[in-house]
Amino acid sequence: MYDYRAGIRDWMGAGLPTEGMNSQRPRLADVLRRDVPTCSLGERLGDIRGRAAGAGWDACVVISGDRVVLGLLRAAELQGDPALLAEQAMRPGPSTYRPFVSVAEMRRTMTDRNLESSPVTTSDGRLVGLVRKQDVGAG
Amino acid sequence: MAGEIGRERVRLLMDQRAQIVDVLPAREYGEDHLPGAINLPLRKIETEAAKVLDATRAIVVYCADSA
Repeated sequence: MYDYRAGIRDWMGAGLPTEGMNSQRPRLADVLRRDVPTCSLGERLGDIRGRAAGAGWDACVVISGDRVVLGLLRAAELQGDPALLAEQAMRPGPSTYRPFVSVAEMRRTMTDRNLESSPVTTSDGRLVGLVRKQDVGAG
Repeated sequence: MAGEIGRERVRLLMDQRAQIVDVLPAREYGEDHLPGAINLPLRKIETEAAKVLDATRAIVVYCADSA
């Protein structure tokens, strides 16, 4: 007998499929953008901005080597001095959400907190993608 | 005694037709459970396990988390 001690929260946190009533409701895993640009702490804002814009983005998630989310560069931060490092310009430690959060709940959260975009991570903080207001119908 | 395993091992065992057992209350099981899992709430496990589980196949049990 094996004990999957981390349990269903770990499973859902990794964005893996489930069965049951809630599995039919849309969740962040269904709408998040996995193609969000990423960068490291030591990259220059000018380089990041160019790369993000080239891919059609005005946001970039700052991550560590093992993809743990360290910060977020939204449109306002990306417009800063191009010589700044991501570490100097980013919003550090942004609130993150798990892939199993329902789209309806996230719509309320983003509206209430006036969030433009938020990283979605596994339970151990690794980036899964970015969810934007328009992805959850919040504006 | 059950050996602790992680998510990737669970996936592997699922592919090998392991029996996945959700020990949460039926209501929580009804909302979300791992694909193919059966529900055997903790309070019933001693009396029901032998009736519903195949002793020749691997068994993986889980609840919400370790907290």
